[in-house]
Amino acid sequence: MHDDLAQRVAAATPPALARRLRGVSDRTIAWLFVTPTILLLLAVNIFPLNWTIRLSLTNFRTNRPNNPVEFVGIENYRKILTNPDTWASLQATAHFLIWTIVLQVLIGFALAYLINKKFRGNDLWTTLIVLPMMLSPAVVGNFWTFLYQPQIGLFNYFVAFLTGADPASFSMIGEVSLAPWAIIIVDTWMWTPFVMLICLAGLRSIPPSIYEAAECDRASKWRQFWTITLPMALPFLMLAVLFRGIENFKMFDLVVQLTGGGPGATTQLTSIDLKREAFEKWRTGFASAYAVILFVTVFGLASIYVKALNKVKDR
Amino acid sequence: MSNFIRGLMRLRRGPWEMVATILIAAGVVMLMQPLALVLFTYSFLVTLVGTVLFIIVSHFPE
Repeated sequence: MHDDLAQRVAAATPPALARRLRGVSDRTIAWLFVTPTILLLLAVNIFPLNWTIRLSLTNFRTNRPNNPVEFVGIENYRKILTNPDTWASLQATAHFLIWTIVLQVLIGFALAYLINKKFRGNDLWTTLIVLPMMLSPAVVGNFWTFLYQPQIGLFNYFVAFLTGADPASFSMIGEVSLAPWAIIIVDTWMWTPFVMLICLAGLRSIPPSIYEAAECDRASKWRQFWTITLPMALPFLMLAVLFRGIENFKMFDLVVQLTGGGPGATTQLTSIDLKREAFEKWRTGFASAYAVILFVTVFGLASIYVKALNKVKDR
Repeated sequence: MSNFIRGLMRLRRGPWEMVATILIAAGVVMLMQPLALVLFTYSFLVTLVGTVLFIIVSHFPE
């Protein structure tokens, strides 16, 4: 069959091209195919990265292109890593990151556990739960801004219904103490289905024979959960945590739409801070150093993620 | 524990990857903790060392 295919490919090759390729080794042909991809990667990934690292060691400002560019060494890095404002934005990111991951994993796993049970309308519920994940973050940000409106927002009315408080007495995106929680709620609402899908894959990969053996040994449901379900779904949970961790570390669009980093700088995550340094204050060298710090952090986390992925693959 | 140290001495991938992973995790925690500015200052260095170490030790034998 392969010979037949090779013959057909050979017959389909134009004679002029066949003449030129005759005598060229398989290795050379492979390189010919791979070279465009390598060039594209160099142009799109490696060159900008190299350029950013070079800029991070200078005082270059994009809005003053005619000013002389001076080499400042690691001064930009020193400024960032001793700046309390940058530290505050990283703490805001940490608050957002930790709570979104905790909530998404708990709710996502619980939903996956329920959806994994056979019941009527199972597929319909799965589709409905997954819907928020399919929406654009810009759309989600906009309509949650309406939901959070103190005068007309449904969220405030829902909270008022539960607690008896006046709906107009609090503003989720306007108060310093509530705004960080506002973005956590929206991100959790949007991305819990993603965690649920990963957990569901993990739960469905557990062979039923293990549960049958546990039933024979008269293990309780509680015991089965802690000794079979959770340990076997753990690698998938870990993957979900790493996926969401890396994604939320770079969170930008949703938060910009919702709060724009405010009130004050309470929801100013690192990506928003970075954008302000680069395109509002025009401190390009400083922003490049900031970007390199975030890149190394995400790259480090991604390395751990790849290692975890390989472990899951080996199981 | 002795296996871990032996693995480090023999330049084996597993234990060295563990060290790199701990350094990266420590760096990320230092970067985001709210307790001490000095930890924040050295966080990038720790993460960078961990990441470079991870790239190097991933070429060590199993």
